Order: sequence, then C-alpha cells, then structure tokens
Amino acid sequence: MKILVGVKRVVDYNVRIQVKADGSGVATDGVKMSMNPFDEIAVEEALRIKEAGKADEVIAVTIGPKVCQEQLRTALAMGADRAIHVETDDDIQPLTGARILKALADKEEPKIVLLGKQAIDDDNNQTAQMLGALSHWPQATFASEVNIEGESAVVTREIDAGLEQLSVDLPAVISVDLRLNEPRYVKLPDIMKAKRKPIETITLGDLNVDAAASVKVLKTSTPAKRQAGIKVESVDELVTVLKEKGLI
Amino acid sequence: MSKVLVIAEHDGDQLNGSTARAVACASELGLDAVDVAVLAADGAVVADQAASLTGVSTVVLVQNPANEHAVAALLAPQIEALASDYSHVFAPSTTFGKDLMPRVAAHLGVPQISDIMRVESATVFDRPVYAGNAVVTVEAAEGIVIGTVRTASYAAVGQEGSASIETRELSVELPSHTRYVGLQTSGGSDRPDLQAAAKVVSGGRGVGSEENFSVIYKLADKLGAGVGASRAAVDAGFIPNDHQVGQTGKIIAPELYMAFGISGAIQHLAGIKDAGTIVAVNKDADAPIFEVADYGLVGDLFEVIDELEKAL
Amino acid sequence: MERESMEFDVVIVGAGPAGLSAACKLMQLAQEKDQELMVCVIEKGSEVGAHILSGAVLEPTAMNELFPDWKEKGAPLKTAVKGDDVYYLTNEKKGIKTPNFLVPKPMHNEGNYIVSMANVCRWLAEQAEALGVEIFPGFTASEVLFNDDGSVKGILTGDMGVAEDGSEKDGYMPGMELLAKQTIFAEGCRGHLGKQLMETFNLRDHVDPQHYGIGIKEIWSIEPEKHQEGLVVHTAGWPLDNHTEGGGFLYHMENNQVALGFIIALNYSNPHLSPFDEMQRWKLNPKISQYLEGGERIGYGARAVNKGGFQSVPKLSFPGGLLIGCDAGFLNGAKIKGNHTAMKTGMLAAETIIESIMAGDVASKELGLMDEKYKTSWVYDELHKTRNFGPALHKFGTLIGGSFAWLDQNIFAGKLPFTWHNTTPDHDTLKSANECEAPHYPKPDGKITFDKLSSVFLSSTNHEEDQPCHLKLTDPSIPIKHNLPLYDEPAQRYCPAGVYEVITDEDGQKKFQINGQNCVHCKTCDIKDPTQNITWVTPEGGGGPNYSNM
Repeated sequence: MKILVGVKRVVDYNVRIQVKADGSGVATDGVKMSMNPFDEIAVEEALRIKEAGKADEVIAVTIGPKVCQEQLRTALAMGADRAIHVETDDDIQPLTGARILKALADKEEPKIVLLGKQAIDDDNNQTAQMLGALSHWPQATFASEVNIEGESAVVTREIDAGLEQLSVDLPAVISVDLRLNEPRYVKLPDIMKAKRKPIETITLGDLNVDAAASVKVLKTSTPAKRQAGIKVESVDELVTVLKEKGLI
Repeated sequence: MSKVLVIAEHDGDQLNGSTARAVACASELGLDAVDVAVLAADGAVVADQAASLTGVSTVVLVQNPANEHAVAALLAPQIEALASDYSHVFAPSTTFGKDLMPRVAAHLGVPQISDIMRVESATVFDRPVYAGNAVVTVEAAEGIVIGTVRTASYAAVGQEGSASIETRELSVELPSHTRYVGLQTSGGSDRPDLQAAAKVVSGGRGVGSEENFSVIYKLADKLGAGVGASRAAVDAGFIPNDHQVGQTGKIIAPELYMAFGISGAIQHLAGIKDAGTIVAVNKDADAPIFEVADYGLVGDLFEVIDELEKAL
Repeated sequence: MERESMEFDVVIVGAGPAGLSAACKLMQLAQEKDQELMVCVIEKGSEVGAHILSGAVLEPTAMNELFPDWKEKGAPLKTAVKGDDVYYLTNEKKGIKTPNFLVPKPMHNEGNYIVSMANVCRWLAEQAEALGVEIFPGFTASEVLFNDDGSVKGILTGDMGVAEDGSEKDGYMPGMELLAKQTIFAEGCRGHLGKQLMETFNLRDHVDPQHYGIGIKEIWSIEPEKHQEGLVVHTAGWPLDNHTEGGGFLYHMENNQVALGFIIALNYSNPHLSPFDEMQRWKLNPKISQYLEGGERIGYGARAVNKGGFQSVPKLSFPGGLLIGCDAGFLNGAKIKGNHTAMKTGMLAAETIIESIMAGDVASKELGLMDEKYKTSWVYDELHKTRNFGPALHKFGTLIGGSFAWLDQNIFAGKLPFTWHNTTPDHDTLKSANECEAPHYPKPDGKITFDKLSSVFLSSTNHEEDQPCHLKLTDPSIPIKHNLPLYDEPAQRYCPAGVYEVITDEDGQKKFQINGQNCVHCKTCDIKDPTQNITWVTPEGGGGPNYSNM
C-alpha cells in the first residue's frame, strides 16, 4: 500500500510576516521558508503508518518552483521513500492543487492521500476536500487520530462540537490537525541520505492540468489594528454591558 | 435572479449560532434573496428556527435519513443539486463549513473563497491570510460563488423573520464509503477546549501564584469558559503551558476573552487579536492590554472576580 | 552512553562569514590539489542566516579573493556606498556634520557595499554546497569532544527533545558525535565552545582580555522620498556621555529600507545604563528621525561584537582545531567592520589545513601554521595599524580619544611606536548602583521608539517551550543576594530581549526570573554579568531568532 503525502513550502511559522508597501503581497525575500507545519504532521503520520507495517511506501509530493525541493528533501530526511516535484512557477490555488493531486493519485494509485488541513500562508483549508470530491473518495478532515483497519480507516476528527469518529473506505483523503502527532527530529545521517533519494520532476503539462488562477488576488493589506474600547468604572457596569451583548 | 443559499449548521435539534452570522454576511451581498438550506434526517424544528432569521426568504428543507449526521461526502452531492438555482452558496467557516464547502465547490468545478470577513461586492471579498496577519482582497471567478464566512466578523442577524419553508426531495445517489461512528462532545462537566471555547478566562502574572489560579478556573467554570494564560504566568509556573495564549502558544478567537492580571505584551496580543470582545482587568492603568480591550477595568483582579461571581 | 558518530575531515562550527568562507576555501583548494575532502558545517540557527546580525557595510577585500567572480555569481553585494556622513550629536535635538577631512581614515567607505550579512551568508552557503560541503542548520554544537591525549576530536551535537526537567520527551534524539581531523570553531563573538577552548588550551595567555560591545539593530521600511540608496550615516556623541564608548549607524539599503543600530561598549560603568533604551532614544535625534518618521519598523535584533582588536587576538591553533573569525576576535574597531577579517581568517584556516594535509597527517595536530599565516596577512597589518584606536577612546573619552584617533590614523597611519593596553575585562567595570545616576529614558512613543517586548517580537525568536533553560546560573543566589543590592541587577537592563527580570512575589520576596524563550543569542549576559555567573549554553537546535535580511 502506498501513501501519498502533500508538502508545501511556506514562510516559516516563527517569522513575523511583512505586507509589502505596494500591496502586491507578503515579503518573502531573505525570509525563512519551511515545510507547512500541518504537512510535517502528515508526513509523520504516513511514516508511522508505514512503520506499523500498514503501508509499504511513502511518497512526498510538492507543487511549486524549484526551491520547493528543499521541503521534499526534508520529507525524505524524515523518512519518505521517494518524492515527486510538480514544477511550476505559477500561483497554484487549491482547486488546481487538487486537480494535480488527483492526476498523481490516478498514476500512483495510493490507498491514502495525507494532507495538512491547511497551509499557514493562504489558510484556505480546501485542497484535501476538493481532492476527495474530484476523486469521488471519502474524506476525513482535521484528523487527530488515524487507525487503518484493513480496507478502511477509522479517523477521529477535531470538530467544533468535540471529537467525531468516521469510518471511511480506502482509498481516502485524510487531512491532519495539530494534535495528531509530534513530528520527529531529523537525524544528520538521514539528511545526508535524503540527498541521494530520488526526486522525480514533472510538469503540469505531463499531468494535463491547467494552472490558470481562478480567484484573483486584487491586493494584500495589513489588517486594521484593534482599537481601544472604553474603561468601565465598576463590575456592575461591566456585567451590564456584557449582558447587553449577550456574552454572559 | 441572483440568490444566495446559506447552508445551515445544526445538530438535529438546534440551529447553530454560526448560521445566523453567515446569513448576516450573505445579506450584505445585495442579492434578490437569501435562502437557507437545512439538510437533516428530521429537520422541521431546525427549519422553523432558520425561518425566523431576519432577512431569510425561503428555507429549503431536505430530509433524508442519511443526513442524521453532517457527513461532508453525503451532504455535498445534495448541495450540488440545490446549487443550480443560486449564484452564491455560503456556509459558516466552522469545522462544519470548512469540511463541506470545498467538496461542494470541487463538485461544481469552481474555486472557493474561504473565511470571508468583508463583502465589497457580490464578487469581491476580503479574507484573512497568514493567521490573520494580512488580509487579501479577492475577486471570485466566473460562475457560482462558493464561500465560507468567518463568523467572528459578523454579528448574528435577529430573529424577526418569517420565511416560508419549502421541502425538497432530491434524487441524488449518495456514496456509502463514509460512515459516521460517533461523537464525543467536549461539553458537559469538562471545561471546554481553549481553542474551541466561545468564552475564555485568562490569567497573567498578576494572578500571583499557582494556588491563586483557582479563582480563574472557578470563574471559567461558572461561565462555561476555557482557561488561558499569558506566557509570563506559564513561565512563572502558575499553570501548564498548554494553556498559553499568544504568539508561541495558542491563537484563539473566542466571542469573549477576559484577561485578568495580563499586561498585554504584543506576543500575547498576537494570540487574541481575533477575539470578539476583550475584557481586561489590571491594576496598572497603563497596561498595554487596555489599548486593545473593548472593556477595561482598572482594579484588583481578585476583588473584581469576587464581585463578578456574585453578579452572575 | 553509546552515541552515534559521523566522521569528516573537517567540521566547522557556525555558518557565518568565517565558517562558510573556510568551507568554500577548503573545497576550492582541495579541488586544486585533487584531494578528497569531507567538510561539514553545523549551524545552530534554523537556517543559514537566521542568526546572522551585522550592520553591515562590507569591505569586499576577502570576497574578491574568495570569489573573484562574485558579481557574475550573483552575490548579494548590490548597494555600493555612495555617501558617507558622520555626525557628532551634541544633544537630543542637534548634531554637527563632521567635515570629511576630520573623519579618521578607516571610517571612510568608498568601494564598500551595504549588505545584509544574513543574505551574504545564505549566498555563501549555496556556493559551499555547490562545492560539496554538507551544511546542517538547526543543529547545535553543544560540547567539544576530546581525545585521551587532550586534543580535540570533534563536537557533540545537542540532544533534541529534552524536557525542562531534563527528562526525555517523546521523540527524544540524543546528540551525535561529529568527528574530524580538524575542527574549526567559527561561532562568532563569545562562542560558548570558543570560550572553553581558550581556557582549556590557555589561548589567551599574554594577550589583553577581549573587549566587547553590544550592537542593537533595527530594519525600517521608510518613505521613498526620504530614502537615499547607498548613503551611510554614522554618529558619535549623544546620547552617550564622554566616558561611554559607542555610536550609531544608519545605512540606506535597497527597496526603501534602512538598517540602523547602535553599539555600546560593554565596559560601561553605570549599572543603570540600558543599551536598549539608549538605542531607542538615539533615534529621536532629528539626524536619525528625519528618515524614520512615517516609516515602519520591520526587524529587530541584537548581537555582541568583539572590539579588543589587535591586543586581544588569542592564539588560534590548538591540538585538533582552529579558532577563526569573531570566535577569536578580528573585528577592526576603527572601521567598525569584522566581516572581511572574519572571512579572511576563515580562508587562512582553510589554507592552513590543506597545506598541512599536503605535508602529512593533520588529525588532532596543532597547526601553528595558522598563527603564522595570520601574522603575515593583511588582517594583522590592518589590526596593528588601528590598535590604539579603541584604547584611546577608552583612555581619554570619545572627544579627545577621537582626536587622537584622527591624528593616529590620518597623519601617522597607525605607525606610532607604542601600543596601549586595556587590561580590565568588561565585566569588572561596573560601579555600584548608588554611586551612579539613573539615566532618564523617555517612554516609548510607539512610532519611533518601542518597548523591549514588541522589539523582540520582530526578531521572530522562538525556542521550543519545554526544554532546559539555556542560560545557566553558576550560583542561583547571586542575582538577588549580590547583584541586586550592589548593581540593581544590571541584567534587567543590559539584556536587549527582556530575558532577565527581577519580580516581587506575593510575599514581597524578590525573585530572579529568566525568560529564556526571548533570548536572541547576543551573549551580552555571558560577557557583562559582574561575577561571570551567567553562562550561555546552546538551546535545542533551531531555537533563537529567525532574522530576515539582517
């Protein structure tokens, strides 16, 4: 059984982002880039499934410019067996990303596609669900526990109401949440070994997918700062205003 | 005629409050009608609740035993069938809407706009990116607009509506590959999870000690709130670090955030900037937390909590 | 405990200008001589450049030698210095422009480039990797490993996944031994291993103590009409008094950005002095604020620099290893530049190792050739010429000392036949708190001046929460028992990241609080603590600031 894991290169979560003065986006020059933290959890989960003897191969895939291979190398160093780089300089939106993953899934025939629930740059939270729809596969989003049982998986999902369990037939798409696992530290020898693992580079043309952006970003701006409110003089006054707003 | 369909979130008995917020956003589109879809096993009660939302024209009720639980793979094809009458389909950007709507969008072959926080026109929206540290203004593609609504950005509409309820039979084949197993709710006697809680009571170094934190827990339990803390309180050993709110802790967006004895370092504020209403209680009138608080009260936090408990 | 190990020919600790230049030069020479060479560089920052903080105006001398074709190769040296203003600030409101001929020669910047050293290092790392060097960011060198005969055999990388109480967390990964024939230490100023090595091998015998400064830097995005790409501004004088050495800089980089900062010598005597607040109020002088008004601060960081210069350079070789760059201390205080000398000494180390390999076995040997090479290099000449610059400022204050510096450099070209010494280490210079007046620092205005925590926020610093504190107190009672009454615990003020606090608990007891997560790895505490009670050790790899374009 194969597991396909999506890996996206994003601005590192520690970095305070800067919106460019001309509104054309967020500054990324000289900024630390990393694997999307949710994707790291997805890679870790794939490896754990493999290490539990329930999968034979973990394939990491990324979509983006050449530099994204750095993140594939990280996935390989963590333990992925091989990697696919869909190379493009275009801005890839979730629907396109899902179409690309669908094309790859058709080719590789994995039983599970593991994705982060969202990328911490555009925060869309769409790709896994879209891939589920396009492939007519089940989806289990926001996973905090994954149990593979033969031809199905029981997934615990972190939803607003609590923890929901779904049973899905394989193949399925699973998007992972923060509490699923703690990704491993990468070992130095594995980083060196990762440099020798294969990365297959393919183009959108090879997959017959059109990259055209469909949602147009008109401008990027800095969010409005919160304004100071009022000072209340007493607890009674506080209770009154909070009750008026229906907050207590 | 352009109309928007808002997909109702509910648990079978009760319409979720997020629906009324999504309706508020949908009402700003300036379209001919705002309809609400209730997909349920037995949805009469919820449909009635939806019909009372101000501004709603029609409630579309789809009843099917398969809809007993909200399973995206089962709901999506039904919404796809309903969508043909609409120019827009929205849902709240809760885990319900986030799970469901991209599946609908992909079925329809269109992109989705996630977390709409401002409507500029029927096709131009603001949405947050980079955890709310930037905002993008986006224009939807041609065709039906699928969107989720950031609930913290909209106040719920009132309940002065009287929409008609229209029951629809859909002949859609539903997949059998996804089965609901169960739900373990986070309600009950358990304190709600910090990240999911609608209310959060938080303490800082001003609380003074681990023992004193019990007053924070007590107030939280009284309010049904989650418990948070500033890094200073965590570093001082008053409370475990999984309660830490802020840049390196949890980033939360409760409807009500009450900060006691928290000075409001920028690292902490980064974690609460999306909160609905911020209440701050601090001895120091110059504490930076007051610069972002909707309601500030200068005073001794223990006295304030004491009075608050009596008032509740 | 049995640890995994890896063997290399050369292990380099630190991917800064010195370490990366050494790595590149090693591979270049090895290729020339047709030698197989395994070289690895380990770097505690989460990526190369993440912990690099420098002004910086780069003198391209060493770069020209290392990569004569650096322009074609796309090195990020893009902004040539076009103007060179020096101001003497007389007070909060006023500053006098110093006529060009009165400026000491080493402070002239024709032919130099305004750069982000972090980006130069990222570029050097690409070159090194292309030459076959293994670079491992996110790994610390926590300990030096010794052979039975006392020679250095390599380093131990830090354990990952250790909880605050020292227990092993899930996913715990023990450190690995990286073994090498020669280990090059290039940790930068006040490297924690370099410090131990100098002690173990008595490398500082017969030299002056190292002297330091703390540099605090910000990056601003300013209004385009105020931006003059290539303009370099230096200031002396206010807000420092005549007994405190230091000064400010403001460099106009590309993209309407300026890098600005303030350096204060760590031999200051007033324990109430706060370098951070001096830097903040310095920006209020119109000579500086004229550029900043209407702009936005986008970056913040701090780093200690060594400024002992010629008289403080230690012995560079010891059995099994070499010290290079700021780990040894080659900053030219008169030029306020150390990147070119750091790079050059890295290259000298590479030449030393390759020439010694060609002559025989180098494993755990002491390569005295390094010290010879230094003494015949332009680094030595340069530091020798400017050797009296720092001590003059120290001896006579900035006004008279500055005049001497001008005479010494512009008239005598550094050839006066004497050498002044400054033998008091920087941690020994504090007067008691009640002897000194506390400076009055204005409240931050949120526009030009800011508080410490919102500044630290912009350094993007982070440390895994649950790990042992990486700032060790030899005697935990000293801050409250000794430093507080005597010096009002100066750590509260010299730390530019708000790591140290004295807090009063419920019962009125004072407590010394260390917020290790805020640390930006500047090392000032390790240098300035009056009883040398604070030791900076490496936190879990990848922790610390994440500087962009610093």
